[in-house]
Amino acid sequence: MAKRIIEVKDVVTRFGDRTVHDHISLHVDAGEIYGFLGPSGCGKSTLMREIILLEPLQEGMIRIFGEDICGLDHDEAQALRRRWGVLFQSNALFTSLSVAENVSVMLKEYTTLSARLIDEIVALKLDIVGLKQGDGLLYPSQISGGMKKKAALARALALDPELLFLDEPTSGLDPISAREFDALILKLRDMLQLSIVMVTHDLASIEGTLDRMAIIDERRIAAEGTLEEVREVDSPFIRTFFGGELT
Amino acid sequence: MARFEMKASSRELELICSGLWDVHHLSGLQERLAEAVYSARRKQVVFDLENIVRFDTAAGLMLWRLRRQLKSRGIAMQIRNAAEDTGRILEMTRTHGHPDAVYSVKNYGPLESLGRFSVSVVHDFIGILGFIGHTFAILAAIVIGLRPMRMKEFLYQINESAIKALWIIALTMFLVGVVVAYQSAVQLRTYGANIFIVDMLGISILRELSPMLTAIIVAGRSGSAFAAQIGVMKLTEEIDAMRTMGFDLYAFLVVPRLLALIVMMPILIFFADMFGLLGGMVVAHTELDITPMMFMERFEQAVKLKHFWVGLIKGPFFAVLIASIGIYRGLAVKNDTESIGINTTRSVVEAIFIVIICDALFSIVFTRLGF
Ligand SMILES: Nc1ncnc2c1ncn2[C@@H]1O[C@H](COP(=O)(O)OP(=O)(O)OP(=O)(O)O)[C@@H](O)[C@H]1O
Ligand SMILES: [Mg+2]
Repeated sequence: MAKRIIEVKDVVTRFGDRTVHDHISLHVDAGEIYGFLGPSGCGKSTLMREIILLEPLQEGMIRIFGEDICGLDHDEAQALRRRWGVLFQSNALFTSLSVAENVSVMLKEYTTLSARLIDEIVALKLDIVGLKQGDGLLYPSQISGGMKKKAALARALALDPELLFLDEPTSGLDPISAREFDALILKLRDMLQLSIVMVTHDLASIEGTLDRMAIIDERRIAAEGTLEEVREVDSPFIRTFFGGELT
Repeated sequence: MARFEMKASSRELELICSGLWDVHHLSGLQERLAEAVYSARRKQVVFDLENIVRFDTAAGLMLWRLRRQLKSRGIAMQIRNAAEDTGRILEMTRTHGHPDAVYSVKNYGPLESLGRFSVSVVHDFIGILGFIGHTFAILAAIVIGLRPMRMKEFLYQINESAIKALWIIALTMFLVGVVVAYQSAVQLRTYGANIFIVDMLGISILRELSPMLTAIIVAGRSGSAFAAQIGVMKLTEEIDAMRTMGFDLYAFLVVPRLLALIVMMPILIFFADMFGLLGGMVVAHTELDITPMMFMERFEQAVKLKHFWVGLIKGPFFAVLIASIGIYRGLAVKNDTESIGINTTRSVVEAIFIVIICDALFSIVFTRLGF
């Protein structure tokens, strides 16, 4: 059996008197690309934020790299955070830093490597996400939306994480760039042996990249598994979402 | 930790590597490895990577760097027994690496920095002059009826920049009146010249203190608000959106703010005069036994009306300076968050500085003219 890199068990999330998650359980295996799917507002981003320690876990259990995220002290949480990279939906690049500085910021903060080696690490990361070397000198305001996504991805990869979280990575990209981005993600997974968790709405990206997925609907997991398995499940959301292709 | 053991034979040096070779454990490793190799004085080095637990791209790049370094000294380097993952990373870092990459930021020398700074000061000065000129051209067009006045924006700005500042101006000037009167009271009493406190307070507050302090408060409140607000609008592309809708930037953003300050500044100064004198009057009464009646009487005799007008007339000039610098700074914001902070700070510092210079010029001019 593959190693479980994330385990979510009986998670309950409430905001005020509204329940967003009602006993949600799922798991992500090492090396797979896993998707969170579901209608808008079903709590995909919230679940992701709980896993990456941005939102406190209210009830239930989440294990990541085998460690229970409840009862971590500050140092343990910091050490854990360095083992994953996050690509935010709005990129969240630091606008006052150049692309290269955005990538190197964590290297400069958390390591004492020489400046020359850091420059080489930055160049490698820019290269593997498909940016040109000269792009590193530009500022976020000077590059296109697709390039920003790539730059943010390069930043998320700065410390060679084992796990990558992507929040709607292809939204806001044109279809061609979106497919390129999917291909990039697959390439990086093989190159760096990454595990990837992503929130997505993009059907083509679901078909093209995801190994397994969980569909969150009506506060619960409506279905979990590969695309074929999920399509078999009878639920209103799945019927409308995979619409035409469900026969 | 990233570890290595040395095993030297007659011809070659073998380095048995083990442990975590990743970005967090690499610091100084390249130097230590190079030193070990140099001290062994062999022409051939073999890295045995079999026992490495974790090997990431940073370690891969480091090894290729080391290889280039050794090669330049005529030492050949070989890698042996790399596990599948390690081999993959080594291959990837070799094909995707860029040994000559330099992203370090250039640091200018002191002379070059000074030169760049001087050029930017001149550039800013010309920019602000041009901006004020353009604004007045638009203002003139509004006055002669060529362009409509945005009444709603104008009234909103009057409320935001002036009415809401009344409180803080009143309080500040009252306290300044108290402090100035209190300090002078001690001196005047020793000379028995109690009543002259009225002359002193009247002239200094009306002529200098209240226009100056009002300008400083308005620069701190409204000048910075203009810069920050317009700066954020630029950042969020709101300004661009307005342009595409055909809305004139000057009519919507610049003129209402400028006009609001021009109109309201004299009123604020008048308000400041009253509270400053009130503070002085209170102290004169308690410290020097000058009743408010006596204060008023003396005021009428000793303080000429011209002092009041001199103070008031400065208002619109200060208003133009503060508003133009604030708005100009807002429009100077570039597409990053840091430049909002820089420009907001600058708007306040520059406005206060220019206001003080302008005030000094007024002093000279008015004295020469005999006011
Ligand atoms: N801090 C909060 N306080 C109150 N309610 C919240 C908070 N954060 C999220 N919610 C609510 O939780 C629900 C789930 O939000 P979430 O952002 O996770 O949705 P989502 O599945 O990511 O949707 P989308 O696809 O539109 O991004 C929403 O109804 C939202 O209003
Ligand atoms: Mg979301």
